Amino acid sequence: MVVFDNISKSFGNNVVIQNLNLNIKRGQFAVLIGPSGCGKTTSLRMINRLIEPTEGTILVDEQDVSKVNPVDLRRRIGYVIQQIGLFPNMTIEQNIEVVPKLLGWPKEKRRERVRELLEMVGMNPLQYCNRYPSELSGGQQQRVGVLRALAVSPPLLLMDEPFGALDPITRETLQDEIKKLQTDLGITIVFVTHDIDEAVKLADIIILMKDGKVIQAAPPEELLSNPAGDFVREFIGKKRLRANYDVDLVREIMNAKVFTVTKSKGFAESISLMRQRNVDSLIVTDDDGKFEGVIPVEKLREIAGKKVINTIGEIQPEKITTINLNAQAREAFDTILQEKLPYLIVVDSKNKVRGLVTKTSLVKALAGAVWGDNADDE
Amino acid sequence: MMNDFLATLHSNWDRLVGAFGAHVQIALTAVAFGAMIAVPLGIALTRYPKIGQKVIAVLSILQTIPSMVMFGILLPFTGIGRPTAIIALTLYSILPILRNTYTGISDVSDSYIDAGKGMGMNGRQILFRVELPIALPVIVTGIRISSVYIISWATVATIVGGGGLGDIIFIGVARHNHAMILMGAIPASLLAITTSFIVGRIAKAVTPRGLRRERAR
Amino acid sequence: MLIADWSEIIERILVHFQISVTGVALATVVGMIIGITLTRFPKIATPALSVIEVFQTIPSLAMLSILLIFLGLGNNTAIMAIFFYSLLPIVRNTHAGILSVDPALLDAGKGMGMNSFQVLFKVEIPNAIPVILSGLRISLITAYGIVTISVLVGGGGLGRFVIRGIQMQNMGVMLTGAIPIAAMALLTDLLLNYLEKRMTRHNRSSRTA
Repeated sequence: MVVFDNISKSFGNNVVIQNLNLNIKRGQFAVLIGPSGCGKTTSLRMINRLIEPTEGTILVDEQDVSKVNPVDLRRRIGYVIQQIGLFPNMTIEQNIEVVPKLLGWPKEKRRERVRELLEMVGMNPLQYCNRYPSELSGGQQQRVGVLRALAVSPPLLLMDEPFGALDPITRETLQDEIKKLQTDLGITIVFVTHDIDEAVKLADIIILMKDGKVIQAAPPEELLSNPAGDFVREFIGKKRLRANYDVDLVREIMNAKVFTVTKSKGFAESISLMRQRNVDSLIVTDDDGKFEGVIPVEKLREIAGKKVINTIGEIQPEKITTINLNAQAREAFDTILQEKLPYLIVVDSKNKVRGLVTKTSLVKALAGAVWGDNADDE
Repeated sequence: MMNDFLATLHSNWDRLVGAFGAHVQIALTAVAFGAMIAVPLGIALTRYPKIGQKVIAVLSILQTIPSMVMFGILLPFTGIGRPTAIIALTLYSILPILRNTYTGISDVSDSYIDAGKGMGMNGRQILFRVELPIALPVIVTGIRISSVYIISWATVATIVGGGGLGDIIFIGVARHNHAMILMGAIPASLLAITTSFIVGRIAKAVTPRGLRRERAR
Repeated sequence: MLIADWSEIIERILVHFQISVTGVALATVVGMIIGITLTRFPKIATPALSVIEVFQTIPSLAMLSILLIFLGLGNNTAIMAIFFYSLLPIVRNTHAGILSVDPALLDAGKGMGMNSFQVLFKVEIPNAIPVILSGLRISLITAYGIVTISVLVGGGGLGRFVIRGIQMQNMGVMLTGAIPIAAMALLTDLLLNYLEKRMTRHNRSSRTA
């Protein structure tokens, strides 16, 4: 899908890319990573010709990009940047329809597409279409930034540290979303980051760069298990060696921002909250916050189709396994692995919901155990 | 004093209306010409920031020349009369509009330009859909500053026979007629204050809704 | 070609300068006091600034001629007009300059045991000086223009040559006034700009050090 054939780039006497060869296959999630100044962003920006290479050829879809009008090229390739860059003078709808408009789509088709896209990420079109970027949180803004890039269904999406400015929890949600979008839509993504955790989580192939050269290009498992040389080992390890407190207890690895509803909450309101927070099951508590069970979204839909429901309390929630927040983290690992659960609800001694342990939190903690740290505050 | 003023006002009403009309006409023409020159020039200069800075520096120096001197310098070339006034005032109105156009457009965050380019907008589309809408309130503020200056300096245009409210003030000063002075000075002041207020409102009105909240913070 | 004798030119330059500086100096004293006071009363700051802004909107010849009614023909009228025009840049810049002082510096000052007067004179005002200088520069250059025009209400600056030149249609006479005015404006601009930059640099380096 994207081929770098012997690409070099210098700014004056400063060589930033040297004889770079890459082959990113269709449908791959390729992550360019490396220390700052390694040339990862320059490489990305050469794909849509925001920067022109000094030497070599870049092929997108077997077509030499230097032979394509840059404006036409860019309209066919999605582009997402760290600063988000939603136009502040345009509404969410106007932002998303920028490229469709440039391509002359009729109004009805554009409207429909905007609605479709917003619904895809669980944002209610009625609620968001006429809002302005400044009225949205950073996470929502970047969600729209991604939608804007996907508006004309480009087969290729370029993302330049898209989640770098977001808080850790939002970042994780958006990572999950983009991975899911990429798989569902079967698109190719070239993604720049400096966060190895992010790379490991998202990539089909990680391209580790240094001083304008590729040091290792491999799937995450291979990169972790078989690092090519000291630099790679150091780069993977560095971030995890900074802090060194032990991971003993569940409370230390759980995600404390958990979305719950009480039984007395209205049904319609809960549904809309679920959409907003983009969660796929409701964690139900009684009025004191004590855990009652969970209701998966499928069940909600099924029941909603059959009878009129006023409050959440009318639906019998499913009991699932919980774990105490002061339990050993190891116990959480074992439970999740043995019972093949997507997540565990963390409760305190009064059975109040306090957090959530997900597979991601496990991977992080596990990585911490291997490399001696669980920090991911990058 | 008050009676005196009203009597003068009454007997000179036609003259006042004529002078006021002339004043508005001179100022409006000068600011309109100024904007027609300054806005495109300001936009063009953002494309060459090195020259842009220098042009603005040179114009800032020219701007420090008192208006009376500027009228005097132009006089031998353009003669006594309204054209001299309009030409001099047009020159003065350029700088504030030019400077605000230049900074307004230059201050548009690079991330918007990068996003626009990356999505396949061409230069003209970025200018008209992104840069100008975001910079418009700043440009209009430049027009407001220019208008206030120009209304002020148009009073001095009387020395080159430009007409306007300066004529009335000048007659009042020459005849030591206080009522006459006020009859020129008060309308001129009100004209400047009202214009400033109205154009200020326009600047607010053209601020894209999505930016109002951001700027208010 | 001697358009006016040198002594008259020198005298007019001095008068021109003297009137401008007197008006601006008056405005500096009053303006800084108002500006500092406004930082202590944030609620009235915005309305107060808009009221002062109205002064600046009044056309210069209108202002001069209205003041003439109260102060009569002569230089006092020009000084007073300059005072009113200079007030806004100085009040606004003092106000903004003091508000922009890094709160950490204020804390440091208080932490070292300064009282509020000491904080004002040792921390806030020194930090605001570059911004105040910028207001001073704008005020002085505006003042030269007002003094020039003030010849129309009996003022005695270089405007005399300009008006004489215009009336006589004599470019030489006019330039005898115009060139010194332009030179004064240019020199003031360069000098105060330089001072401003130097002080900003000084402040910046001391901040990062």
